[in-house]
Amino acid sequence: MIAAVRTDSDAAAVRAILEQVTDPEIPVLTIADLGVLQDVYWQGERLIVVITPTYSGCPAMQTIKDDILTTLRGEGYGEVEVKTRLAPAWTSDWLSETGRKKLMRFGIAPPAQTSSSKRSLLGKRPTVACPRCHSTDTNLISEHGSTACKALYRCKACLEPFDYFKCI
Amino acid sequence: MSALTRQAALFEYVLRLGDDALINGQRLSEWCGHGPFLEEDIGLANTALDLIGRARMLLSYAADLEGRGRTEDDLAYLRDERQWFNVLIMELPRGDFAFSTARQFLVDSYNYFLYEALQASTDARLAAIAGKAFKEAKYHLRHTSEWMLRLGDGTQESHAKIQQALEEAWPYTGELFEVDEVEQQILQAGIGPDAAELARQWQKKVGAVLAEAGLQRPKEVWPQTGGRQGLHTEHMGYLLAEMQCVQRAYPGQQW
Repeated sequence: MIAAVRTDSDAAAVRAILEQVTDPEIPVLTIADLGVLQDVYWQGERLIVVITPTYSGCPAMQTIKDDILTTLRGEGYGEVEVKTRLAPAWTSDWLSETGRKKLMRFGIAPPAQTSSSKRSLLGKRPTVACPRCHSTDTNLISEHGSTACKALYRCKACLEPFDYFKCI
Repeated sequence: MSALTRQAALFEYVLRLGDDALINGQRLSEWCGHGPFLEEDIGLANTALDLIGRARMLLSYAADLEGRGRTEDDLAYLRDERQWFNVLIMELPRGDFAFSTARQFLVDSYNYFLYEALQASTDARLAAIAGKAFKEAKYHLRHTSEWMLRLGDGTQESHAKIQQALEEAWPYTGELFEVDEVEQQILQAGIGPDAAELARQWQKKVGAVLAEAGLQRPKEVWPQTGGRQGLHTEHMGYLLAEMQCVQRAYPGQQW
């Protein structure tokens, strides 16, 4: 049997399949929304998926790797390799616009500023809007939340605590 | 003439950085479930996780550089005390919350300037790891700086405890900026920063936070050193025993 010639459109098909792979901790976000999915290409008959880790120690990365392999193998892609790329380092700026909206609906406030903005450099607190009532009268409870990528806030208007996706 | 090749110096240097991160992460992770309150408990565990993640990147790289088929796990779980090259400050027992905070602040300040500089390393993989580590170090330093202010400028008791903790950790900070043959090679090859410059930046930052927190900079005393040569405090063996016991009891075991 002669192997079919792979084209770029196959990579687009692979990207569409990878829309099923989500963050295990924030299941509304796909790895593309997160900016974790960096590249998809063919190396001969081998399909290469390149991802970049959000946080060095994030335990979700291994699960994401496994999920990519399982999903693609399930769709009939035999030879798949997941490569990790460290540079450029992941930033919360890579979160897609869709991703930000999904986060808000899920009850997590998206990063309030870009990581390269002056405020972030000077360590000033960003204005974070409550994902439930949208009030900006909120305060930080803790720099760290339930996962490496989140901080914990409280809304002073509706009194609900909520997660904030950290800006790095 | 130096007997150390660039490759050998790079391996030792990356191993040192990996050991620093892993031992610091292991110590911090001891707080998991014991933090002073829930949010801080999670914060300590999150920082520990970042450090262990950093250690994994560095130790994997060290294993590749060595090229003898060892993996990050072999380096973490199968080395004895004398084969570890972390600085002593990382292995000191966690003590009370004041001690862990003071130690972490001093170490975070060091990591901040170290990894900022390493982003410009002539070694591409180390520069890539540093890019990641620097972002996290920035976050860690902001967190521990705030704690220094809160405790230093807090109650009489918190002030006394954090001052005492600083005094205890201080003699171990000189080792962070020690220069030996490996460091010289690393500097010459443009792989890592000048330790003297790093020390200046560190002194300035630490001095500024201590002043704002109303804390006294401890007097310079005889520096405690030895970690880079594999000579550790009596605490290191216990730490390794706990960290390595599963792999020692069940070699090669996975889950």
